[in-house]
Amino acid sequence: MTRPLRARVEVTLKPGIRDPQGQAIENAMAGLGFTGFAGVRVGKYVTFQVEGPPAEAERRVAEICERLLANPVIENYRFQLEEDASA
Amino acid sequence: MKVGVVVFPGSNSDVDSLQAVEAVTGRAARAIWHKETSLGDVDVVILPGGFAHGDYLRAGAIARFSPIIPAVERFARDGGTVAGFCNGFQVLTEMHLLPGALVRNAGLRFRSELVRLRVENARTRFTSAYEEGEVVRFPIAHGEGNYVASPETLDRLEADGRVVFRYVDAEGRATPRGNPNGSARNIAGIVNEEGNVLGLMPHPERAWSRLIGSDDGRRLFESLLAYCSEAASSPTPASLQAIPSSSAGGGLARSPRNPSGSLRDPHAGRVHPGSAAS
Repeated sequence: MTRPLRARVEVTLKPGIRDPQGQAIENAMAGLGFTGFAGVRVGKYVTFQVEGPPAEAERRVAEICERLLANPVIENYRFQLEEDASA
Repeated sequence: MKVGVVVFPGSNSDVDSLQAVEAVTGRAARAIWHKETSLGDVDVVILPGGFAHGDYLRAGAIARFSPIIPAVERFARDGGTVAGFCNGFQVLTEMHLLPGALVRNAGLRFRSELVRLRVENARTRFTSAYEEGEVVRFPIAHGEGNYVASPETLDRLEADGRVVFRYVDAEGRATPRGNPNGSARNIAGIVNEEGNVLGLMPHPERAWSRLIGSDDGRRLFESLLAYCSEAASSPTPASLQAIPSSSAGGGLARSPRNPSGSLRDPHAGRVHPGSAAS
């Protein structure tokens, strides 16, 4: 029996899309006196257990990223599959 | 005209939409719970504003997979009239029935106020009762109404006359000052290529009486009523009656109409007199 894997998905706005949250955070950083930080972008992190053989899991995670977790019009995604320590 | 309003968990302008239809057109509108799988007998489907499923993940991202959605998709592909206001617009972009997406307001604030809109195309079934270029006032109430799309998509929307409403300032100009959320090219509302699906970030369903701030939204529902009445009463394509002949060379008149030839769309088999482009 294969042990479930854990998917760690990161969803980020595409480079051309303005990110007002990132901008606000960048302004706050500067307000705190932290210089030399630039290009702040805010994304989403989604993690979940995946059952099934690794190759199949990889395909299914990519599919759910395309269909639900990211909107390909405005967002990019990437993910890692690893052994699930909590399983 | 038979109107169905889809209700998602978290919708909040569903009742406003039902009331607006009934108050303005005198026709009863029906609520359709999102768990249903059939729209029943309707001429117009409204996807209302609100925060369906809490807007979790992205606005409209979860509502887009509701059980009712395949029926809405089929209805739209067959030429049926679909209007999405606010959250409904977000759902329509997530369904890919409309291009682009709606992201966080540029100023980060939730904006709830009356805004000015210029009617950019009065030759759609949603806007025939307006004058082109006229400035109207509808309320907005959203945190994620910043319309984004690729430059190519924006150019195509403009060239095809599919930008139907644009945010403008007090002088009626599409300036940054008149733009409440940072939308690309001040776009507030667009239609799909066939002209039967409208997405509009502001709320015409909350602008049907001066008692609530504006009655400029009435004519959107009157336009739909006129469109549906003509479609029902005459085999002549309704658009030829509703649209001034001067429009033959511009905007939506050039778009290919309803290639499926469905009976639901009165434009099916439409002939464009004097329009070589069609």
